[in-house]
Amino acid sequence: MVPLSYYLVLSAILFACGVTGFLIKRNVITIFMSIELMLNGVNLSFVAFAAKWHALSGQVFVFFVMVVAAAEAAVGLAIIIAIYRARETLNVDQMNLLKL
Amino acid sequence: MITPLVAQVIPQAGEYVRILPELVLSLFGILIMLLDPLMDEQRGQKTLGLIGFIGTLAGLLATWYMSQSPGLAFSNSIQIDGFSAFFHVLVIAIAALVILSSYEYLAVQHIRAGEYYALILFGTVGMGLMSSAVELVLIFIALEISSISTYILAGFRRYQAASTESSLKYFLLGSFATAFFLYGVAMMFGATGSTNIDKISRYLQSNGVPLLVYIGTALMFVGLGFKLAAAPLHVWTPDVYEGAPAPVVGFMSTAPKAAAFAVLLRIVFAINEPAHFWPVWVAAALSMTIGNLGALVQTNVKRLLAYSSIAHAGYLLVAFAMTTPENWPNGIAAAMFYAAAYAAMNVGAFAVVGHFANAGEQYVTLEDYEGLGRSSPLLAAVLTIFLLSLIGIPITGGFFAKFYVFSAALRANLIWLTLIGVVNSAIGAYYYLRIIVVMYMREPRKQVPVSRVSFGVGTALAVCTFATIYLGIFPNRVLHYAQQSAQNVMPVHVAGSPTSTAEIPAIPRSRP
Repeated sequence: MVPLSYYLVLSAILFACGVTGFLIKRNVITIFMSIELMLNGVNLSFVAFAAKWHALSGQVFVFFVMVVAAAEAAVGLAIIIAIYRARETLNVDQMNLLKL
Repeated sequence: MITPLVAQVIPQAGEYVRILPELVLSLFGILIMLLDPLMDEQRGQKTLGLIGFIGTLAGLLATWYMSQSPGLAFSNSIQIDGFSAFFHVLVIAIAALVILSSYEYLAVQHIRAGEYYALILFGTVGMGLMSSAVELVLIFIALEISSISTYILAGFRRYQAASTESSLKYFLLGSFATAFFLYGVAMMFGATGSTNIDKISRYLQSNGVPLLVYIGTALMFVGLGFKLAAAPLHVWTPDVYEGAPAPVVGFMSTAPKAAAFAVLLRIVFAINEPAHFWPVWVAAALSMTIGNLGALVQTNVKRLLAYSSIAHAGYLLVAFAMTTPENWPNGIAAAMFYAAAYAAMNVGAFAVVGHFANAGEQYVTLEDYEGLGRSSPLLAAVLTIFLLSLIGIPITGGFFAKFYVFSAALRANLIWLTLIGVVNSAIGAYYYLRIIVVMYMREPRKQVPVSRVSFGVGTALAVCTFATIYLGIFPNRVLHYAQQSAQNVMPVHVAGSPTSTAEIPAIPRSRP
């Protein structure tokens, strides 16, 4: 049997990949995908902990998280479309209207 | 056939009463969404806004009804007590005032969208749930309900690049922060095998606090700190507040903040021993300093108020840094009072800014405010009251809010933090007074048209002014209520201790 720590390390790596992607990528869509990656990393640790505690609730939370992520994606993509219409670019470096 | 096990899980009728405000607000929100396509685009807006406003009034009524039956509901995931009723009233009242002040704003900006009011109601549902939830996963969902609504609201002037940009920034950074919150929840679940705050608290009492819990709490603090705009998680605030529509800023600088504070109060005091929770101390000191220093150099009033909102998050966080259990109720009560006073003055200030900004939000710099004291004395006077309250001048709510927070902090021996706070209040006075000076003592350099104040904005301003002054002259009632309900937040083992209600109420009575 695969020990619990393996899952947790994998989930931490996924989360860290998401954070890194968020910080270094410049395309809005890629940044958005990085956030989804972070959420999925968390999902993995929820499932792993559910197995540790023999509690089904941990697995159910994953579904909640998926639903929330889907809602967030709907709104996020709409915002991205709105910004593309206004600026014709998806590069975050050019989102610099609001600055001191 | 229902087995006993299933029968346990099926909610009873009484449990629905405990989410009645949320149900009512959702229903009104859905009603607005359904009616929106049927209505005339020009004239229907007022009707939809009116429905939204009635919805908030019904929500307040439902809150009163809900508070009559305190207790747990839905498999212990919701707890109704004085504490959650307080924040329900606060959040729904903010929504009502914002709807009132948006009425005219939307017409001036030529925004025709009934869903604006629906989104405010849906956001309020999330914030209400945040204040009553005692289950971390439910808190996460409620946090997202409130956030997703505000992401959309921030971008409501969608033909203006600044507004969409503010929406995008809020969305990206907001979801980034909530992912951290969720990771924290997973850690808590992993460490204790439960996501129920009460169960976690019990587990930690009997088994000690594992390292994973500290990591989990810190990660959750990242998520909530973002919502509070507490430094070092404040970077988004000025940009988002500058681009978002002014009434929406009034909404999202107060209501989600109050709700996030409610969550933080429950988590910090029930799960974690605040004594070990030094990040709160650091965040409080940093927010006050960065917020006030940042505001000094601003020329855009919305941006200035954004930095001021960071500073106020810092003052509020001071109340969380109480180290000894006997001071906890004082801290909680002070924080609740501060949230209420801040809501009154900030919603009011942004209502004035929104009214004054005019079409396309062109008039938002300090230069535009020159001579406002002469051209529209009443508007300037009302704004002055809110600004004085933000400084913390006596007979306004802001004074007692700061007073209670700092006196609670002193009693808990947080001398350094209090000192930083008081110095910061003095710095803060400079930039608030600068607006007042500009309004009253400068000759206007350009012609700024000020339209007549409509009934909606007028009512909202009157209510905000009344609340600000009421909290400044008769703070006892609200504070007393806050102190009583503070007991509900305390973890079981401390709540029973006889030392709890300390002498704070004695202080206002000594006033003439």
